[in-house]
Amino acid sequence: MGLIDGINKLFDHRIRLGIMSILMVNEQADFNRFKELLDVTDGNLASHSRTLESAGYINVKKSFIGKKPNTKYSATPEGKLAFKAHIVALEKLIHNT
Amino acid sequence: MTEKYLNDISEIKDMMNRSSRFISLSGLSGILAGVYAIIGAGVTYFFLLPARDYVVLHSWNFKMMFIVLFAVATASVLTAFFLTQRKARQNNEKIWDDTTRRLLINFLVPLLTGGIYLLIKLNNQHYGLTASLMLIFYGLALVNASKYTLGNIRYLGYAEIILGLVCAAFPGYGLIFWTVGFGVFHIIYGSLMSIKEKT
Repeated sequence: MGLIDGINKLFDHRIRLGIMSILMVNEQADFNRFKELLDVTDGNLASHSRTLESAGYINVKKSFIGKKPNTKYSATPEGKLAFKAHIVALEKLIHNT
Repeated sequence: MTEKYLNDISEIKDMMNRSSRFISLSGLSGILAGVYAIIGAGVTYFFLLPARDYVVLHSWNFKMMFIVLFAVATASVLTAFFLTQRKARQNNEKIWDDTTRRLLINFLVPLLTGGIYLLIKLNNQHYGLTASLMLIFYGLALVNASKYTLGNIRYLGYAEIILGLVCAAFPGYGLIFWTVGFGVFHIIYGSLMSIKEKT
């Protein structure tokens, strides 16, 4: 696994994969946007985004719009590199089999 | 296992597309926009163009042409809006989100620039290149907005730009070029899109 075939375990989950895919093509996205696109519950999304945040793959910025809390996410350069490597690994595995 | 990887790849593609690209306008709205444009051009040609072959600014005809143009544009936008909304509802997508906003901004910047420019020129009695400039700016707006759409709207944009440039080389035939660009091209593009939607 992992180090040998280049598959990143952190991206081996639908929601984390989705979060990264969205952040690769959008400078930033907020909590509701993810909910809408990924069809996921609040708690689920929060826990998966925390996993990616602690790995240093995404930035989380909390703020308020009026009285409503607003959480914005963006991918870090390391996150983007890691995700690109993951895609390359996926493609390799598909072509080799 | 390969199946799962393939799944992952298609999931990635799908998310990237859905999060950054606006759902394509329905083909039918293109066809209808083309039909409105041809009707508008017909009305202008048969009822509003004076026999002397040139239009006097601020005359009755001139104002009517403006109204016709405005009606064609409004009808096209409303049709596109309603049909797109219907399509979005069928696909369970939201019509108004970040992507739509970016699409509209990218579309409107060249379009409004052109529109304001034309109004200024018209005010100075320069209406010779109106049709050509409308086609060119509309084409640029389409090409610019195409980054945020699925589908091949970019090619419609290129076609409008080329037609606008050709039009500039043939002064006096503005209305014909305008009818081709806004009427015929929209119908062709809309038909191609709706064939693609069905298959």
